[in-house]
Amino acid sequence: MADSLAEGETRRDFLFLAAGAVGGVGAACFAWPLIDQMNPAADVLALSSVEIDISAVPEGQGITVKWRGQPVFVRHRTPKEIEEARAVSASTLRDPQTDEQRVTKPEWLIVSGSCTHLGCVPVGNKVGSDRGEFGGWFCPCHGSHYDTSGRIRKGPAPKNLLVPPYSFVSDTKIKIG
Amino acid sequence: MEKQTYNNAVVRWIDDRLPIFSFMDHEYNQFPMPKNLNYWWNFGALATVVLVAMIVTGIVLAMHYTPHTSMAFDSVEHIMRDVNYGWLIRYIHANGASMFFIVVYIHIFRGLYYGSYKAPRELLWMIGVVILLLMMATAFMGYVLPWGQMSFWGAKVITNLFSAIPLVGESVVEWLWGGYTVDNATLNRFYSLHYLLPFVIVGVVVLHIAALHVTGSNNPDGIDMKGPQDSVPFNPYFTAKDSVGLGVFLLIWAAFVFYAPDYLGHPENYIEANPLVTPPHIVPEWYFLPFYAILRAITFDVWFIEAKLMGVLLMFASILVLFILPWLDTSKVRSCRYRPIYKWFFWVLLIDCVVLGWVGANKPEGMFPLIGLIGTGYYFFHFLILLPILGKIETPLPLPTSISESVTRRSGAPAGATAATGGNA
Repeated sequence: MADSLAEGETRRDFLFLAAGAVGGVGAACFAWPLIDQMNPAADVLALSSVEIDISAVPEGQGITVKWRGQPVFVRHRTPKEIEEARAVSASTLRDPQTDEQRVTKPEWLIVSGSCTHLGCVPVGNKVGSDRGEFGGWFCPCHGSHYDTSGRIRKGPAPKNLLVPPYSFVSDTKIKIG
Repeated sequence: MEKQTYNNAVVRWIDDRLPIFSFMDHEYNQFPMPKNLNYWWNFGALATVVLVAMIVTGIVLAMHYTPHTSMAFDSVEHIMRDVNYGWLIRYIHANGASMFFIVVYIHIFRGLYYGSYKAPRELLWMIGVVILLLMMATAFMGYVLPWGQMSFWGAKVITNLFSAIPLVGESVVEWLWGGYTVDNATLNRFYSLHYLLPFVIVGVVVLHIAALHVTGSNNPDGIDMKGPQDSVPFNPYFTAKDSVGLGVFLLIWAAFVFYAPDYLGHPENYIEANPLVTPPHIVPEWYFLPFYAILRAITFDVWFIEAKLMGVLLMFASILVLFILPWLDTSKVRSCRYRPIYKWFFWVLLIDCVVLGWVGANKPEGMFPLIGLIGTGYYFFHFLILLPILGKIETPLPLPTSISESVTRRSGAPAGATAATGGNA
């Protein structure tokens, strides 16, 4: 044993390093629970879904519903708004997506109501409110403009409004989540 | 530190075992201070007083506050209406945050004007920047606790900054929130940390003062003390001078508390938080406005960095640049009194910060985005380009040979006396 040790190395050095390494790994293992406890708890993770009756939403209007504590916009688009959304070439956009990729039924646009910049709720669901330069939504916090497909067109936001998972339960009912 | 001999037997018994009396005597009674300090040297002491007042009022408020989304807003109203003197204690605490920042900002600009960050005080300055960062975190989390509309949306916007981090941003934000939005988990952890951080600040302040007592205070002439003729003991000279400033400062604080308690706040925060409705105009408290303007300054992608990330990086960089300030300023002369060119740029920087604050207070429309961009550009130009170059090309005025000489010259000649007042202004 002593033969394999280089000049100046002792068994004590080995024990010192080994004990230090075990202690370090142990401390790191204990740190993980302390970090992970801050992640969403089980009850928060239990992903709820909501069903929404959309029969009462007139053309040109939108409603705001709450899903996982966050607003979701359900907008009943007019033929003109659909046409505007489809007339744009996706490749010219900051976050390139065609309108077809963002809707299942063209007249219903369902997007998250959190601005992708810093999470404010954009305005523009109601007719007469400021819908920005592209007729969709306008975020008053930092001036992001979204078009009638919820895509970012101007301002600091990097991404289009997210499309949450949803399905049509019937012609007048959707399920988000 | 030489030990004192005390007449009182109990004091002597304690001091032999734990020399706190000798320590206090050395650091706060006899401690030599430059004898030319002006009133701008009050603000460190004032900041210490505010910190203590904030901790005392905060501990008391915590006895009546409930950190739950369904009760937080009501518990603050309970403090305001039902708790004995609750209104007073809360208004002292709420306005105290503003007082803390104005005092610390003046303290920082004092350091910038008189070159207090230069050798051998670089580490002292850097510890101070750490205190500023801790204060900002503490103030931000404290503002969330009343759970009003500004509390909620301020928290949402600022925590969302971290989503700009590439790849892991979204996970980091969910980790900070403990959910998919700012909610009860967020409120609880902010409460816990808002209670903790002030004590961390106390610890770092102790380091700040310890480092100060190694180098000694800088002074308006920015030259070193060369002997006893340049200094006076801390007590009674600066205990007295600090007390005068403290009296004036407390009058101003009291004026806000009793006559304009909500002047520095937002009416919107007296509306309970609503996750579905963003207030028409989200603004942080006044002390964050310049940084908020920098955050919003970039509205276009810079190379591969998208606008949002760029704004976030610049906002953090605006404070982090202060860490390397001692090495960015290449001038050997500390005080602006003897730097004829930099002196003017100091005021330009101060005006720039005020303009950024004005931009931060307004909606990002019309001319404001452009002014914000120019103001942000100038801020970084000042630190990163102007200061390194200026130190090389500026010819400083001749320095006085000693503090003592400087003081006697000023008091001897009427013209010099006027100059001294000018330096204080």
